[in-house]
Amino acid sequence: MSANVTKAESATTMVKSEGVHKSFGPVEVLKGIDLEVKSGEVFCLIGPSGSGKSTFLRCINHLEKINAGRLYVDGELVGYRQKGDKLYELKDSEVALKRRDIGMVFQRFNLFPHMTALENVMEAPVQVRGISRAQARERAGQLLERVGLADKAKNYPSQLSGGQQQRVAIARALAMDPKLMLFDEPTSALDPELVGDVLDVMRDLAESGMTMVVVTHEMGFAREVGDSLVFMDGGVVVESGHPRDVLTNPQHERTQSFLSKVL
Amino acid sequence: MTVDIDKTAGPEDTPPAGPEAIKAIPVRHYGRYVSAVIAIALLVSVIYAFSQGKINWGAIPDYFFDDRIINGVLKTLLLTVLSMLIGVVGGVLLAVMRLSKNPVTSSIAWFYIWFFRGTPVLVQLVVWFNLGLVFTYINLGPIYKDYWSSFMTPLLTALLGLGLNEAAYMAEICRAGLLSVDEGQTEASHALGMSHSKTLRRIVIPQAMRVIVPPTGNEVINMLKTTSLVAVIQYSELFRVAQDIGQTSGAPAEMLFLAAAWYLLLTSVFSVGQYYLERYYARGSSRTLPATPFQKIKANMLSLGRPRGGNA
Repeated sequence: MSANVTKAESATTMVKSEGVHKSFGPVEVLKGIDLEVKSGEVFCLIGPSGSGKSTFLRCINHLEKINAGRLYVDGELVGYRQKGDKLYELKDSEVALKRRDIGMVFQRFNLFPHMTALENVMEAPVQVRGISRAQARERAGQLLERVGLADKAKNYPSQLSGGQQQRVAIARALAMDPKLMLFDEPTSALDPELVGDVLDVMRDLAESGMTMVVVTHEMGFAREVGDSLVFMDGGVVVESGHPRDVLTNPQHERTQSFLSKVL
Repeated sequence: MTVDIDKTAGPEDTPPAGPEAIKAIPVRHYGRYVSAVIAIALLVSVIYAFSQGKINWGAIPDYFFDDRIINGVLKTLLLTVLSMLIGVVGGVLLAVMRLSKNPVTSSIAWFYIWFFRGTPVLVQLVVWFNLGLVFTYINLGPIYKDYWSSFMTPLLTALLGLGLNEAAYMAEICRAGLLSVDEGQTEASHALGMSHSKTLRRIVIPQAMRVIVPPTGNEVINMLKTTSLVAVIQYSELFRVAQDIGQTSGAPAEMLFLAAAWYLLLTSVFSVGQYYLERYYARGSSRTLPATPFQKIKANMLSLGRPRGGNA
C-alpha cells in the first residue's frame, strides 16, 4: 500500500480509503474497504444493518480507530502522522483540530438538550473557533433560516419534532464551515412524514457543492441526489458505481437481493 | 359497591349530547376516621406531655437572638458552606479521576473514596484534631512554618474533617451524574472539534447537574446537621454555643430545643433554595418548567372559585 498522495490527487479527492480494517474485539466489522470520495460529490453508502457502513463513516472523523489500512481526508492521514515508515498517533488536540472541518449528523440527532436551537448552532463556533458571540449568533440565525427553522431559534430540542431537531443538527454542523459532511442515517429515526423536510435540506446542501458522505436507506434520495453509491455487506464493498446504475441494474447477487427487499 | 351502572345502556342509546354525569353515593372509609382520631390523640398527648414537663419554654425566645447564638449560627453556616465547597470541588475532581483511563489516578480515587466513606466522620474529626501527635511542625518551605497545634485551628480541623469526608460522597454523586449523560452528547461535541475539557465543561457537566443537584441538596442539609459534631473539637458553632449557654444559664434542655429550632429553620431555607436550583437545571429537559410554589398557589387560588371536573 502506498502512502503517497500527490497534490494533484488531493485536490480532487476528499476521502480516500485503502484497505481499511476495523474490529470490535474479536468481531471484524470492516474487512478492507477501498473507496474514494471526490470533492463536491454526494457519496451514498447503502447496505443491510451490520454491514459496517456506519462504522466506516465514524472512522472518517476518527470517532473509531481503524486497525489496518490507510484513511485520508483531504490528503491527510486520519488519526496518525507518518514520518518515514513509522506511524505516530495524533494527540487529542490534533484530532480535534481536524474534526473542526468535518461536520457530522447523527441518526439520533444528539442535540445538546440544555441549549436552545440557536445556542446549539452557536456553541462550536464560539468555543472552538473563538468567534464573538454576536457574530456567531448572527450566523446561527442565518443557518437556522437556511434549514427553515428561523422561528424555532429560542426553542429547546425537547420542544422540537424529530425532523426539526435533525435540521438544527445539520445547521449546527454547517456552522463550523466544514469541507466535508458525514450523515449517519439522518432520517432513520424520523416519522415518515418528517423525512422529506430533512432530505430537502440535504438536497439543497448538495446543490451548493458540499462534499457529502451519506449512510442512508433512502434509495430515492440516493438515486436523485447521489453522484456515487457503494453497496456494503459483511464489512466489504460489494458493488459501487453511479446510483442510477447500481440501483436499477445491480450486477451482484447480494445487491439484487438487498434491493429487492427495500425498493 | 352498590351503585348500579347500567352497562347495556351504552353510547348507542344515549343522545349525542354526551353521557349523563354519574351521581353515586361514595364509599364510606370508616377506618380512615378511626386512624385519624388515634393519630391526633397521640399527637395531642405528646404535646401535652411536653407542655407539662419541667421545661422553661420562655427561655427559648429570650435566647433565640442572643448574640452568642447568632454567632454560632453564622459559624455553622460558614462551616456548612466551606465544607460543601471543599466537598464539591474535591468530589468533581475525584469523580473525573475515577472515570479517567489512567489506572493510577482512578485507583487513587477509589482508595480515597473507600477510606473516607469507610470511617465515621466523628472519628476523622478527632483524628485531624490529634494529628499533632504525628506532625510536630508544619513546614511548607519558605512560605509557611509553624507548630502543628497552632496551625491546626479548630476551624481548619473542622473544615478538613467535614470537607474531605464530604468529597468522598460527592465523588460518587458526581460520577453517577457524569455517567447519566448519553454518550452521543460526547460524540457530537467531539465531532464538532471540541476538546475533552470543553466537552466536559460545556456539554456533559451541565447535563449531569440535573442528576447531581437533588442528592447534593440532601448533602447540604446533611452537612448542616453534621456540623454539630464539630462541637467535640472545641469549635463554637451553634450546637456548642447552645450547650455552653445551657450550662451557664441553667436551662440546658431549653437550649437544646433552641438549637433544634435553628437547625430546622436553616434546613427549611436550604430546601427552598434547592427547589429553585433544580428548576434551573431542568430547563430543556421537559417541555414546561415545573411551577414555583408561588405559581402553584396562584393557580390554586384561581381554581378555588370554580372547580373544574366532577370528581368531588
